[in-house]
Amino acid sequence: MATPYDILIIGGGPGGYVAAIRAAQLGFKTAVVEREHLGGICLNWGCIPTKALLRTAEIYHYAEHAKDYGLKLEGKITYDPAAVVKRSRAVSGQLNGGVGFLMKKNKIDVIWGEATITKAGEVSVGKPKKQPVQPQHPAPKGTLGEGTYQAKHIIIATGARPRVLPGIEPDGKLIWTYFEAMVPPEFPKSLIVMGSGAIGIEFASFYRTMGCEVTVVELLPQILPVEDAEIAALARKRFEKQGIKIFTGTKVTKVEKGGNDVTCTLDDGKGKTSTLKAERVISAVGVVGNTENLGLEKLGVKIDRGMIAIDEVGRTNVPGIYAIGDVAGPPMLAHKAEHEGTICVEGIKGLHPHAMDKLMIPGCTYCQPQVASVGLTEAKAKEQGLQLKIGRFPFIGNGKAIALGEPDGLVKTIFDAKTGKLLGAHMVGAEVTELIQGFVIAMNLETTEAELINSVFPHPTLSEMMHESVLDAYGRVIHT
Amino acid sequence: MPTNILMPALSPTMEKGNLAKWLKKEGDQIKSGDIIAEIETDKATMEVEAVDEGVLAKIVVPEGTADVPVNDVIAVIAGEGEDAKAVGAAGATPPAKKADEKPKAEAPKQEEKATPAPAASTNGSGQAAPQAAAPQPQQQTNGAGRVFASPLARRMAKEGGLDLAAIQGSGPHGRIVERDVKAAIEGGTAKKAQPGAPAAQPGAPAPKLAPAGMSDEIVKKMFEPGSFDEVPHDGMRKTIARRLTEAKQTIPHFYLTVDCDIDALLKLREQVNASAQKDKDGKPAFKVSVNDMVIKALALALTRTPGSNVTFTENAMLHHKHADISVAVAIPGGLITPVIRKADMLTLSGIANAMKDFAKRAKDRKLKPEEYQGGTSAVSNLGMFGIKDFVAVINPPQSSIIAVGMGEKRAIVKNGEIVVGNVMSVTISCDHRAMDGAKGAELIAAFKQLIENPMAMLV
Repeated sequence: MATPYDILIIGGGPGGYVAAIRAAQLGFKTAVVEREHLGGICLNWGCIPTKALLRTAEIYHYAEHAKDYGLKLEGKITYDPAAVVKRSRAVSGQLNGGVGFLMKKNKIDVIWGEATITKAGEVSVGKPKKQPVQPQHPAPKGTLGEGTYQAKHIIIATGARPRVLPGIEPDGKLIWTYFEAMVPPEFPKSLIVMGSGAIGIEFASFYRTMGCEVTVVELLPQILPVEDAEIAALARKRFEKQGIKIFTGTKVTKVEKGGNDVTCTLDDGKGKTSTLKAERVISAVGVVGNTENLGLEKLGVKIDRGMIAIDEVGRTNVPGIYAIGDVAGPPMLAHKAEHEGTICVEGIKGLHPHAMDKLMIPGCTYCQPQVASVGLTEAKAKEQGLQLKIGRFPFIGNGKAIALGEPDGLVKTIFDAKTGKLLGAHMVGAEVTELIQGFVIAMNLETTEAELINSVFPHPTLSEMMHESVLDAYGRVIHT
Repeated sequence: MPTNILMPALSPTMEKGNLAKWLKKEGDQIKSGDIIAEIETDKATMEVEAVDEGVLAKIVVPEGTADVPVNDVIAVIAGEGEDAKAVGAAGATPPAKKADEKPKAEAPKQEEKATPAPAASTNGSGQAAPQAAAPQPQQQTNGAGRVFASPLARRMAKEGGLDLAAIQGSGPHGRIVERDVKAAIEGGTAKKAQPGAPAAQPGAPAPKLAPAGMSDEIVKKMFEPGSFDEVPHDGMRKTIARRLTEAKQTIPHFYLTVDCDIDALLKLREQVNASAQKDKDGKPAFKVSVNDMVIKALALALTRTPGSNVTFTENAMLHHKHADISVAVAIPGGLITPVIRKADMLTLSGIANAMKDFAKRAKDRKLKPEEYQGGTSAVSNLGMFGIKDFVAVINPPQSSIIAVGMGEKRAIVKNGEIVVGNVMSVTISCDHRAMDGAKGAELIAAFKQLIENPMAMLV
């Protein structure tokens, strides 16, 4: 039998592979078990390929508005759905191969197959019970195969999958999840998106830009439910202006499948029902952790509401077994998984990492306009009974935004009036997903409004709006 | 325009002071020249006069606040026609930090080193420390004493009145972060800073009283909890600790002891005091003490011993033309050293009356900085406590100090015979940088000569 691993990680997604690299850096003999695709959902069916699709949509949008910038594009701009999808898959494939390279470079063993923890310190790897989603990137070379592996520490990083509503089970043809929505043979003419979280809204935005009739149905009273209400309302206005129909506080109670269409029954919660017909439905009503078939029940690993319960450094209640990322609870974001993986491995090393402050995890939605945020929303801050100072700065007051032809958007900052602590930052508008990290750093360094006010922001940039928003919170705004 | 009232520099070396008392309250009409507040400096309480007119819109630094840096805004005055409330609410904008401001030209060295009071310059002009002295630069602290803390942690510690230095940091590289301050507030583990004392400024924390040694926490752990009362230092204690530590560490001291026969001196003193005119209540116009005669003798010895009435500076020796004798006066809670200026020129009765006035005002802590700063040598007398002899620590910028013991009857040898005489032991401490052993011996011999032949002091 091979020498036991120090750390074996089940799942090669962003949580798992980053944890593996950190473990290798710290001198641990490390292995990753993966049954389907290195890089996980993020690289293969999530963050990355959708960004590729949205980039296509963005360029298409600009091309259609070329004359706004003094350009003449002759003829009609069209697109080839197969080529759009092909580009997205190529981007994904490149990064998927990159993860394989990183594993080799860091001398991390990749074990190909599906893992079950047979007992503490032992993992059995067999053939995957789950059919891989197609099309698959080629499996990496030089992987280890099925068998029994020993490891002192086992980290579960198995991620999550789309939540299925009873009676509205995705069939891969008429009722899609993000998997099918990402690789459609052709783009539907009409689409109903169930759920207005990041996944739902990004697909709604993509398909609408590509010319599809899109309706978003959200159960909660607000789209982008985790975002600040003011920001979400501004985003909604923009989406509706683009022609996306939005129903909030509305439930899809039934989906009837036709030959090449579906009919949804909607309940507005006040006793009124209606029907809506479209070619396809995307079910984007959240994700659930992959806790099954790991042998957790037998080992007595505690699972709470579908998520593996962990302490602040990723330990489960069973010694030697850890969990990170989506399977260990929200927010289900790649960067949160990566960070948890690092903390977990450093904890094993005895480096006493600090527990992650989930309030400092930024969230980004790459729709048009983009939405980005970190920290408390205004409503949440008020719930905590805090006295607030709130600053707002609109894109219309920013020179760079005007030059870009992106005059719509808002940067909102929320401070604790008593201490000057930056509690939250919320943005909607062009490129805000690239701006938010400024506030993330500020929060991590525990700056107060004073340091932000005293920082020099380059002109002309969109980032000046971050400065102005802080100035506004303290009654010192310049450009409004 | 609302006007900021800044923490004044009441003496050339003043870096910060305690805001002892507000004599005006928010909303009061202020006229130029009004006394608006009392500032407690190192050793004295001073009054702050208003320069501008208007309404006191806002008191920024509450009374009882310790260690307010010079030039910090302490209050805001609303000018004529301005809404005092609005001005007060808006607060004052702190003035631009005058970091680039050059130190006063006449005493650049001292200021750079932030050490002794520039006695020479104040003294030479014969003027009191100028009120309008150029703003003193903040004390430059080297990196070693810096407390690393996040801006939020600093602010929270300040609001909570906690001393950052007493908080253990748990952030990267031991940086103090929000959770540490929260824990300190909840657990009550951090000691309270002086009431309302500002938390350490970024990059310029409160200078340590003693540069080395164990932390407060470690020291306290060596005693049974509850077996002691903890009395926070006042400004005087801090100054004594800082200046004397500095003196003993930077000045190479050497000591010379002589026994002085004071029979003649005691006799002369009686005669002098008997000659004092009496007023109608029978009170004499003066009463000269032995100590007054010691002051006079030291002053004359200094001026008569070339090279002994000096101050050592980095690049030059300051040879003083007059002897300013600093006299240690014990007061409740500490010690202060009023300076008898030009003691070589004063009569015994002049010295006696000056000392009487100083002693009274010292006890009330009403001495002005220019009255206790500077000096070229000093007298410390513990004779009244029955001390036979001792050695004293030189107080910069002085270069010597004499420690005077008790005058007592001793068996002495006079003209080859053992007789009983009144003898007083005196030990001089000298700054070896300023004078060598022979020079010190010459000085103390001249002193002894004057004490034993006191008539020479009268002419």
